[in-house]
Amino acid sequence: MVPLSYYLVLSGILFGCGVLGFLIKRNIITIFMSIELMLNGVNLSFVAFAAQWHALSGQVFVFFVMVVAAAETAVGLAIIIAVYRTRETLNVDRVNLLKL
Amino acid sequence: MLHLILFLFFGAICVAGAVNLLVQSHPINSALSLIAVMASLAAEYLLLGAEFVAAVQVIVYAGAIMVLFLITIMLLNAGKEERSKGSRVATLVGVPGVTIGAVLVAWTLIGRRSTTHSVTIGALWGAPNNIARLLFHDFLLPFEVTSVLILIAIMGAVVLVSRPEAVARGPRKDG
Repeated sequence: MVPLSYYLVLSGILFGCGVLGFLIKRNIITIFMSIELMLNGVNLSFVAFAAQWHALSGQVFVFFVMVVAAAETAVGLAIIIAVYRTRETLNVDRVNLLKL
Repeated sequence: MLHLILFLFFGAICVAGAVNLLVQSHPINSALSLIAVMASLAAEYLLLGAEFVAAVQVIVYAGAIMVLFLITIMLLNAGKEERSKGSRVATLVGVPGVTIGAVLVAWTLIGRRSTTHSVTIGALWGAPNNIARLLFHDFLLPFEVTSVLILIAIMGAVVLVSRPEAVARGPRKDG
């Protein structure tokens, strides 16, 4: 039997890797992927707690998180494409002006 | 015992993929390692008895979302990322900070170990019909609201990537 804390530690590690990627990466697409990694870490702890208390609503919440992540990805990648068209770079350090 | 071995195996793949995402400098490699993370997370969900969530994880996350990422990377022809001064500072501050935080959280959690209710392998209590009953009874309003959210996201994506001159010109007359 696997303790609940092991699952929580794994989800914490995944979330930490996401935060780290968000901080150290300079490519805007990789930063976006780090956000997805954070969402996945949170989802794992949702499912682990749902298994702990036999409450299915935790899994429904994971479903909603996935829906929101899908919508976020669609809009975010559209924004990235729009940024690339105007700046011709994916480096976030070069995207420092609101108006060209 | 088998449960623990499977958990450790897929957990190791998860962590290795997440670390590989940070180490790789080419976005394509990062995306592929993220797919490995999501696939092994689906296996973890199965170990927790969440059948529906595992299926959706593979279909939506590892399938749809990551394909969208890969298409964007290939479309924009994203090359190696360049290092800059800001990223060096972030590495110097971020790596120790996040490591300390992770160790603290792990230490606290391992200290108070409570076992999960035993989910025997093959006992999948998060079956789609149970989830559907909950989704269409208790969470009906949020479920319907998410459809509006998806619609808005689709329209937003279309508006964002459409070129401004094409919008100003209106729909094309010639075939």
